[in-house]
Amino acid sequence: MNRINKTLQQDNKLLSIYFTAGYPKLIDTVSIIQELEKNGVDMIEIGLPFSDPLADGPTIQESSTQAIENGMTTSLLFEQLKDIRKTVKIPLVIMGYFNPMMQFGMEKFCQKCAEVGIDGLIIPDLPLYVYETEYKSLFEKYGLKNVFLVTPQTSNERITQIDAVSDSFIYMVSSAAVTGSQSGFGNEQMDYFKRISDLNLKNPQIVGFGIKDHETFSQATKHQKGAIIGSAFIKFLSNNPMNTIEKFINSLKFD
Amino acid sequence: MKTKYNVDENGFYGKFGGAFIPEMLYPNVEELKENYLKIMAEPSFQEECDQLLQQYVGRPTPLYFAKRLSEKYNTKIYLKREDLCHTGAHKVNNTIGQILMAKRLGKTRIIAETGAGQHGVATATVCALMGLECIVYMGEVDIKRQAPNVARMKMLGAEVRPATSGSKTLKDATNEAIRDWINNPVDTFYIIGSVVGPHPYPDMVARFQSVISKEIKTQLLEQEGRENPDYVIACVGGGSNAAGAFYEFLEDESVKLIAVEAAGHGVDSGESAATSVLGKIGIIHGSKTLLMQTEDGQITEPYSISAGLDYPGVGPLHAHLHDSNRAEFIAITDKEAMQSGLEISKMEGIIPAIETAHAFSVLDKKQFKPTDIVVINLSGRGDKDLNTYIDYFGF
Repeated sequence: MNRINKTLQQDNKLLSIYFTAGYPKLIDTVSIIQELEKNGVDMIEIGLPFSDPLADGPTIQESSTQAIENGMTTSLLFEQLKDIRKTVKIPLVIMGYFNPMMQFGMEKFCQKCAEVGIDGLIIPDLPLYVYETEYKSLFEKYGLKNVFLVTPQTSNERITQIDAVSDSFIYMVSSAAVTGSQSGFGNEQMDYFKRISDLNLKNPQIVGFGIKDHETFSQATKHQKGAIIGSAFIKFLSNNPMNTIEKFINSLKFD
Repeated sequence: MKTKYNVDENGFYGKFGGAFIPEMLYPNVEELKENYLKIMAEPSFQEECDQLLQQYVGRPTPLYFAKRLSEKYNTKIYLKREDLCHTGAHKVNNTIGQILMAKRLGKTRIIAETGAGQHGVATATVCALMGLECIVYMGEVDIKRQAPNVARMKMLGAEVRPATSGSKTLKDATNEAIRDWINNPVDTFYIIGSVVGPHPYPDMVARFQSVISKEIKTQLLEQEGRENPDYVIACVGGGSNAAGAFYEFLEDESVKLIAVEAAGHGVDSGESAATSVLGKIGIIHGSKTLLMQTEDGQITEPYSISAGLDYPGVGPLHAHLHDSNRAEFIAITDKEAMQSGLEISKMEGIIPAIETAHAFSVLDKKQFKPTDIVVINLSGRGDKDLNTYIDYFGF
């Protein structure tokens, strides 16, 4: 069974962390992953940096720009990850935009993912119909789960469609916003979390965008299986040494 | 109608186009896709659009026979005078159409991106006309380079927001506008300035600009007794004026189309915007098209002396016209374009925008027959470029 699906069967609410590969320093990728696992993170999204990340706010864009300047490339990322499965057991997902993957070659990209032990992909600008018609069989061939986003504006009909094509979890964008721009969840979001939960989808949902502390983590996981923290972690990495990651993770889990 | 060169029902031009957008944009783009053709076909929409183009923009623009230029190059040269449109360029044809579209869809807040500021000014203009809130994203670098247009937008009541991410130019302004749309999915309409972005934008913008080639047909019939020229020449950044000038001739292969790109300091100089030569297929701003990028798929910053041509991609229609050899693509350097700008000024009494000046340089590159009818789309006037002309020639 794919590591993502196994983890989704756990009883606890899942904490997932996003970071940009190659940031703050080019060589940090593996140590960040190991440090996160050591501190009880359930799943990790490794960001493949892109020059023009449309769905992201300034925090993730700046970290991507820095990572590219540091010299991060698609092939270097795979090189860095080549022994990751010797030490890391939790699911690893690559999150990135379509263009760098397309230039690398989609089949080669999937093959490399399988080789190093990546379990799934989140590609915000790969549309559902293009995935279904052109890439689904390729992803399946290499055992990769493709994770789709839904937002408060996504119609129930489309959510049902996305649920049918998905086979791991659905990435629920918390509000109509780019990453890193929200300030706490209000009634509107809580209603949306409940509404999606009431649809009884076959795939569990994990909430992303706007989760930054214990309170927002608890709110996001009231009705959903887990939550993803990205911008808040990048900000933390910008200002704190790696050996204090434990403190950051604990602050999310406990009051 | 089955077309060989125009958009298909899935939003593709051959292998280019489509809508490669994050899910956050899906409802907005889908709403537009479902409605734009229906709305454009409504008689009341057409009437309002036509009336504004006539009374407010000043259409039809003349198709002017350039006698002295024709003598010099020993062929028949006609100029389609888009420079005479209100706000000084073809851009307003599109913003008129899109603002009416926004109103039909019940949107109350308008956003736009701009590079040199021409599309920003054209958007701010129609927002003032309709009394709608207008926010224009512009790269921080461009804001410094194009101060008069920033002032014009402010005077027209628009808010100009600096794009401070990435290279702080047009592509980043476009990113910021898209992010604004993600953050404001309900009340906001995004007026894109060129035939770029996710489907249906390239098609919608091309349709709004197609008034250029419709008029060329009528006017040429009056003046020459035939609807079709032998050549249509237009400059291409994103490609909206070229799309408009080519549109009615796309499927008629007897009309030769020439798209003129900016070579900057030269195609091989490392400072160029000749996407058809330097680009590879990729995704930019939601569209699959030719794109200037690194081997690793990071989008690179193009260069041209003309701020309206330095977009790292090109509209998917043009990528397809290039790929299928329907249009000939010619790259013109800064130097060649500046010389042409000066020549047209002196010979015809028309100071063209530097973007447009690139199209004129083709006259020195290609031999036309004395009987050929060559239409050059004079997409914009040069007032906005006076400082660049002054610096370049030391007037």
